[in-house]
Amino acid sequence: MSGPSGTWQHAPGFWEGDRPRIVTSRFAHADSHTLERFLATDGYAGLRRALAMPAAEVHGEVRTATVLGRGGAGFPAGTKWGLAPEGVWPKYMVVNGDESEPGTYKDRLLMERDPHQLIEGCLIACYAAGLSQCFLYVRGEMALAQERIATALNEAYAAGYVGRNILGSRFSLDIVLHWGAGAYVVGEETALIESLEGNRGMPRLKPPYFPAAIGLYGQPTIVNNVETLANLPWIMRNGASAYTAIGTATSPGTRMVAVSGHVARPGVYEIVNGTTTFRDLIYGDEFCRGIRDGNTLKAFVPGGGSAPWFTPDQLDLPFEASRVGPAGSMLGSGAVMVMDHTTDIPRAALTLTRFYAHESCGKCTPCREGGTWLERILSRVVDGRGTMEDLDQLMEVGQSICPGDFPHASSSDLGLAAVPFPYKMTTICFVGPSAFVPVHSALTLFRSEFEERVSRRTRIPVRAVAP
Amino acid sequence: MARLNDDNVRLAIETIARYPRPRSAMIPLLHLAQEQDGHVTNEAMAHIADLVGATPAEVWGTASFYEMFKFEAVGKYVVNICGTMSCALMGADELIHHAEERLGVHVGGTTPDGLFTLERAECQAACTEAPCLQVNYRYRFRVSTESFDSLVDDLRAGRLDGEIPAHGTLATVRQQIPAGRGVGAVAPESVVSNPDWFDGKAAL
Ligand SMILES: Cc1cc2nc3c(=O)[nH]c(=O)nc-3n(C[C@H](O)[C@H](O)[C@H](O)COP(=O)(O)O)c2cc1C
Ligand code: SF4
Ligand code: FES
Repeated sequence: MSGPSGTWQHAPGFWEGDRPRIVTSRFAHADSHTLERFLATDGYAGLRRALAMPAAEVHGEVRTATVLGRGGAGFPAGTKWGLAPEGVWPKYMVVNGDESEPGTYKDRLLMERDPHQLIEGCLIACYAAGLSQCFLYVRGEMALAQERIATALNEAYAAGYVGRNILGSRFSLDIVLHWGAGAYVVGEETALIESLEGNRGMPRLKPPYFPAAIGLYGQPTIVNNVETLANLPWIMRNGASAYTAIGTATSPGTRMVAVSGHVARPGVYEIVNGTTTFRDLIYGDEFCRGIRDGNTLKAFVPGGGSAPWFTPDQLDLPFEASRVGPAGSMLGSGAVMVMDHTTDIPRAALTLTRFYAHESCGKCTPCREGGTWLERILSRVVDGRGTMEDLDQLMEVGQSICPGDFPHASSSDLGLAAVPFPYKMTTICFVGPSAFVPVHSALTLFRSEFEERVSRRTRIPVRAVAP
Repeated sequence: MARLNDDNVRLAIETIARYPRPRSAMIPLLHLAQEQDGHVTNEAMAHIADLVGATPAEVWGTASFYEMFKFEAVGKYVVNICGTMSCALMGADELIHHAEERLGVHVGGTTPDGLFTLERAECQAACTEAPCLQVNYRYRFRVSTESFDSLVDDLRAGRLDGEIPAHGTLATVRQQIPAGRGVGAVAPESVVSNPDWFDGKAAL
């Protein structure tokens, strides 16, 4: 169904129902992005409650709620804010709206459909952590999200929700809309900061591990994902205990998950954290309603393109990091990509490896060279020009990016035991390893498909031509 | 046109003032230049260098890292078809092939009439609506070969002029901070304390 500006709208009723809605509660309204709708649905009430409390108490409330970061690493927001050193100022907030991990589609929806909720979340975070200025970095290719946020900020400034003396209080804060220009790696938090400083968006060497210590202009900087911040208004309205009452102790609240690929009803769903399983999500009536055309499930990527693949053996795992990690993968950015039995596995793997090879910033040799090698070798295997040695070569190149055991799922068919996440790496960021992830998963779980491709090749023997 | 025109210089100065350091405005200013000329010219980069206090080489260094910046003329419509996994699973390769035939150019090429540039893009955060594409960063979802053809027809006939501006224009709404409402940006070294509201007491 197409709406204004060709924007795909989920079918009527999609956002209704009695599942808990923390961040998507306004999505059922066509005008969810307007200040008017926002104010009519508890908008800025969380901010009002926060400003009536000392900052440290707001910080404490968020810490108690244990809001796991939704950008990929799952680090609790309240704890991260606490890593910023006291007695160093100014401190900054950079909001990560660069969403571009393959399969991930939730931050864009939150920015387009409920920009005021995000703004309210930014204000609460900056108040709690004593930050001097907030930069909202939106991915360059998202014109509508930029327009919606610009409009919302203009409304909010005019109405006194952003800027000087917010809600008539002593709290003052500028939120500056900033936007990128197309580079996946800029989503990595230190690259995001480099980009915001006007540089090439290349990740910084670690340590320091967190920009909370040294970030924008060398100052303490909190980088949070859009969805992470979108949770804060609800938490301030309803309290941390209402939040932790949803989900599990280690994974409270809800999270947004985009399910794409070969399911009957692809879409973005807000699910209960910690308890909802992959089976619920892929087969559940309220979610994806099974595989398209009654086909069978072959494999799925559980957490964005960087996550090692699962097969039907892992369907009963819940969205809980402490269960998914030992099973060989990660929850990442809330993106499930589903492949049915018709899928050409080597080709599917290539679409991801090509992505990461293409997006390498070039700073580390194993990623810059290794990613390209992986792509080239895999391409020729997919095209039927590969050899058996190429398959070994793929694994060898991968070893130079990630030495040692590489995580993968268990397989009852193959009699394989899982190797837990994470891996060791020789690169600065995860782009290099991510190029290897699909190659490794596909080769480990579906090697026969590669061997078939290779042996179908017509061999033209190459001999040295005698002079 | 090559340097930023007077209106854009005004916008540039306003933008630069929002950041603690002028150089942070580099990418927004490059977008402004691209909006003005359809691509980023050397003269515009030199002008931006002056405005933010960098060298032209530094501006080029930054600009060349980012895929959205074009340094020579491209079509009025840049068509980016997503080819990453979710879209590939739903037929992106076939769509790209069809687009090449329909437009008569290979990926990376521009049609002789200067109307279309075709690109293969990476994940556009619309994976559940695969296969998808963007025309000048405006989405089309669940694109079939038929809907691709009618999109091309509509663009050719100017029927989408209201919705899709020529290449270079990104958001059509700009952030505006009303005079007296903004706090204002301060260079980090000039900040001498935590914000005064961060004093252990409630702000309201
Ligand atoms: C290569 C790479 C790309 C990333 N892309 C994004 C992104 O697009 N959006 C995002 O929020 N986080 C992304 N991250 C994670 C960020 O580095 C950072 O952990 C996150 O923004 C922190 O926010 P959170 O704690 O609220 O999750 C990426 C990380 C890496 C290594
Ligand atoms: S791993 Fe790749 S993308 Fe990341 S810093 Fe190194 S070269 Fe750049
Ligand atoms: S894979 Fe095409 S939009 Fe994500």
